Amino acid sequence: MAYSDKVLEHYENPRNVGTLDKNDPSVGTGLVGAPACGDVMRLQIKITDDGRIEDAKFKTFGCGSAIASSSLVTEWVKGKTLDQALSIKNTDVAKELALPPVKIHCSVLAEDAIKAAIADYKRKHGTAPAATGTEK
Amino acid sequence: MVKLPIYMDNHATTPLDPRVLDAMLPYLKDEFGNAASRSHVFGWRAEEAVERAREQIGALIGASGKEIIFTSGATESDNLAIKGAAEFYREKGNHLVTCKTEHKAVLDSMKRLERQGFEVTYLPVGKDGRLDPDDLRRAIGPKTILVSIMLANNEIGTVQPVEEIGKICREKGVLFHCDAVQGVGKIPFDVGRANVDLASISAHKIYGPKGIGALYVRRKPRVRLAELIDGGGHERGMRSGTLNVPGIVGLAKACEIAKAEMPEEAARLTALRERLREKIVRRLDLVELNGSAEHRLPGNLNLSFAYVEGEALMMAIKDVAVSSGSACTSASLEPSYVLRACGVEEELAHSSIRFGLGRFNTEEEVDYVADLVVGKVTKLREMSPLYEMAKEGVDLKNVTWAQAH
Repeated sequence: MAYSDKVLEHYENPRNVGTLDKNDPSVGTGLVGAPACGDVMRLQIKITDDGRIEDAKFKTFGCGSAIASSSLVTEWVKGKTLDQALSIKNTDVAKELALPPVKIHCSVLAEDAIKAAIADYKRKHGTAPAATGTEK
Repeated sequence: MVKLPIYMDNHATTPLDPRVLDAMLPYLKDEFGNAASRSHVFGWRAEEAVERAREQIGALIGASGKEIIFTSGATESDNLAIKGAAEFYREKGNHLVTCKTEHKAVLDSMKRLERQGFEVTYLPVGKDGRLDPDDLRRAIGPKTILVSIMLANNEIGTVQPVEEIGKICREKGVLFHCDAVQGVGKIPFDVGRANVDLASISAHKIYGPKGIGALYVRRKPRVRLAELIDGGGHERGMRSGTLNVPGIVGLAKACEIAKAEMPEEAARLTALRERLREKIVRRLDLVELNGSAEHRLPGNLNLSFAYVEGEALMMAIKDVAVSSGSACTSASLEPSYVLRACGVEEELAHSSIRFGLGRFNTEEEVDYVADLVVGKVTKLREMSPLYEMAKEGVDLKNVTWAQAH
């Protein structure tokens, strides 16, 4: 199967690989997927006091498309408010990376990772920060 | 510098040996006759070439030329052996025995027979991929007509104890079909010594052309098959259709070369494979060998690199052609059924890479691939949350994972 140029580009030069301190109150961690399925994504976001994502890091166990999907969403979420980040859909990721049908689950996982990271952050704070308003 | 890309997927197919091509060329040009034409010299010469080929092919496996039936390849040979025997001997019984790690050509033929009312026993294998002959002995009952077990596995290279299997089948009076595709020409295989009644072989796995294979069908005692293809009654009525003379000549030449060079080539490939394995495991931790260390095809190395997904690794070493037991590209997302049958955990099955070394691989290529793999696995592990968690001492089995596929 041939990969799109965008998948290859992210795969070969992944953005924002790394780890944030998961115990830091300003960090939300999302761990999605399962090793048995061949895909595990960990997305971490660091959120400023005014509710914007100032940093994002990922680590992914998975195929090239999974790595590219997570790399892409770290770029996309940076600078966004939590609500804006939550509006990123798997279809946006799939379209941007030109994922074939068998790889759509990689983009689904990326969307799930954003949601899980934000949910973790919100759990730490009991409530959503001001800039993001109330929960939907 | 090594020449890229490097082909290291010789279980999938092999390049044509130039000597095979040279042997075939006359039959693609001037010697175009139909081997079934009895009335002129064109036909006679084609027939002569085919009969000579049968003897050369038979010689590799200890058979007579008269016992060789030509087919389009091993998939057809497996289909013909299994379905042909099942239909012909249906009066005798409706039970067949095979193994969970067989090729799909065998398993899917069995599945079809099950839909037609046959009963099939799928034997398990041990961690090394070998079946237990005692399991086979117990599985054979009064209604069993055929046992189908491969010589060597295409994914993990495990060599089955075919001589023991053949002995049991002979004692119990059931037919023994052996899918010998991966092993024939690579390791010694003798249909007499192993009491094999039917054996499938393929040209393109032994440096011959694609589209030609053979089925060995024992004559003493005579094994009968119901034909799958009706037509002119070629191949003793078992496989109609005009013979692929250039393909047959190519298969025969491939067999002749394999027979002549087997001891040397097997030793060379075993040394190359061990060199590759050693250069990788010396520099990387958490690498598992899949299959058997002892009963293994010379050119097969199947490794699982824990915490690295196989397809991602293949992408990272894209100038090297290998394959993976990861099913990331398949719609089912299920990893290799062969590795699963050996008890390999799903995550390690997703992390497996099959290196298939062959006649044209060199030591220089092996060194290049070992270095590349070590570098890329290290890089991918730096990117793997699982590797980080494992290094921190998290037991990944105790983590509640968010989704099941």
